[in-house]
Formats: sequence, C-alpha cells, structure tokens
Amino acid sequence: MLNSLEPNKIFAITSRAPKYVLFLFVIVFSIGLTEALFLSPEDYKQSHSVRIMYVHVPSAWISLGIFSIIAFLSILSFIFKNKNFPLISKSLAPSGFIFNIIALVTGAIWGKPTWGTWWAWDARITSMLILALFYSMYLLSWKIFKNDEKAVKISSIIAILGVINVPIIKFSVDWWSTLHQSSSVKILSTTTIHTSMLIPLAIMTAAFTLFSILIFLMKYNTELIKIKNKGLDRL
Amino acid sequence: MTNEIFLMNGYGIYVWSAFSFTVISFGSLFFITKLQFLKERRKFVQKFGLLNDEAIRVAKSQKLNKQILEGVLSSKI
Repeated sequence: MLNSLEPNKIFAITSRAPKYVLFLFVIVFSIGLTEALFLSPEDYKQSHSVRIMYVHVPSAWISLGIFSIIAFLSILSFIFKNKNFPLISKSLAPSGFIFNIIALVTGAIWGKPTWGTWWAWDARITSMLILALFYSMYLLSWKIFKNDEKAVKISSIIAILGVINVPIIKFSVDWWSTLHQSSSVKILSTTTIHTSMLIPLAIMTAAFTLFSILIFLMKYNTELIKIKNKGLDRL
Repeated sequence: MTNEIFLMNGYGIYVWSAFSFTVISFGSLFFITKLQFLKERRKFVQKFGLLNDEAIRVAKSQKLNKQILEGVLSSKI
C-alpha cells in the first residue's frame, strides 16, 4: 500500500488537481459568503454579530483537524520510516496555521460585541493560542534545521506533543467554566443549532476544507520540486 | 436596504472586519504559496539547462523530472 505513495505517482495527480480545486472552492465559497452574510437569519440574542460564527467556527475546526492529521502522520513516519508522510505534514501546516490565526482573530472580533472584550484568558482561547504556538514551532523547525532527518525528527516530536492540546481545546468548555458556550454541533448527539444556520455553516466548512486542500496541493508540489532541485545538484 | 447590509444594527464593523480578515488571509496565503511554487520551478528549469548531455539523460530517466518539465511546457502553452 505504501508503494502507491511514490512521489511521481502522487505528482501526476497533485500537479493537475489545483486548478479544479480552485474552481470548486470559488463556487462553494461564493455560495457560502452569500448565505452567511445575506441569507442566514440574525440571532435573537447576538443579532448580526452571529454571522462571525461562519468564519470563526470552520477555521477552528479545520486548524484542529489539520494538526491532528499532522500528529497522526508524524507517528506513522516514526513507525514506517516513510519519507512521504513528513512531506505531507509539512505541506498541510501552513493552511492549518492560517486557519488557527483566523480563528483567534475572528474570535477576538466576535468577543468585543458579545462579551465586551477583545481578549480573555479563558480555557478555550488560551488553548487555541497554545495550538498556534505549536504550529509556529512546527513550521520554524523546518526552517531552522537544514538537515532533513533532524527536521523530520524535531517537527514530528513537536506535532506529537502538541496533539495532547487538541482534546484539551475540545473539552475545555466542559472541564472549566469559560466564556465560550458548549458545542452546538454534535456528532454523537442531537445538534442544537437551527438548520437555517447549520446550512451556511456546513457550506463555509466545505469551502474552507477545499481551500486547505488547494494550499496543501500547491505546497506539496513545491516541496517535491525542491527535492528534485537538490537531486539535480548531485548530478 | 444597502445601509442595513453594511451597518447590520451596529454590528457591521465587526462582521465585515472578520470576513475581510479571512478573505485577505486566504488571498495572501494563496499568492505566497503560488510564488514559492513558481520560484522553485524556475530554479529547476535553470538548473536543468546547466546540465551536460549525460546528466540530462540521467535526469530525464526519472519520471518526476519529466513531469515537472512537462508542467512548465503546458503552463507556457
């Protein structure tokens, strides 16, 4: 199975895919923006400020999801010594980091009209900030260590240590008394959010997922060409 | 109507700035990633042009090198 992950076979797909993903992203994102900004109803308590949810929540979900994938691939790369897993992780990190920053900034903007403050050291916000620090350390480790093997090792350790923070973020609203409300969208039990708000949220999540796939594909192709550039130096 | 869309009962400044920040972040990340890709590909083509005949033969025997060069050609077309 791992042989099917040969770079040239993957490159055959990843080099053609970005234009289709970009096209799909533009369509889904346009629909999502229209739904989120104009068609979805305002909240009876938060009024129009609830619309910030449509960028804040998907960003937080995707940044958490990407970090979990990076950590999972890091564990696999330790076990199987596959050179492709760190490359995939490295290519996923920039979009994960950007989504983390978007979640923090839009959260601060949402906090001002809702809680009366831009920032509070509550458990959810603080643990998201810690995730941003782990993302920064992960990305920096690839910049600092020029030796690829060392970079893979250090970045993998950072990802594995950082993933401990993921369940803390998820359950922070249940474990501690925080400004954040508990989850409205649940997988295992009934979702408490109304369909008129759930649909735009789902569309925006799909759009953000497509964007992270697009950036991943472009970054992955760049990394493969970088490796080939090093190969040409040796000829 | 237009005022209502922009002002949103006084929440417009927060809503529009959150969405603007998101769109600007997307645009910046997309263009930075695209520039990095084009830079690496340009470097690859330059290095390839400096190889001697034997090195070109060896390099072309690798599938991925061929695919990258094909990508350069097709993007020029």
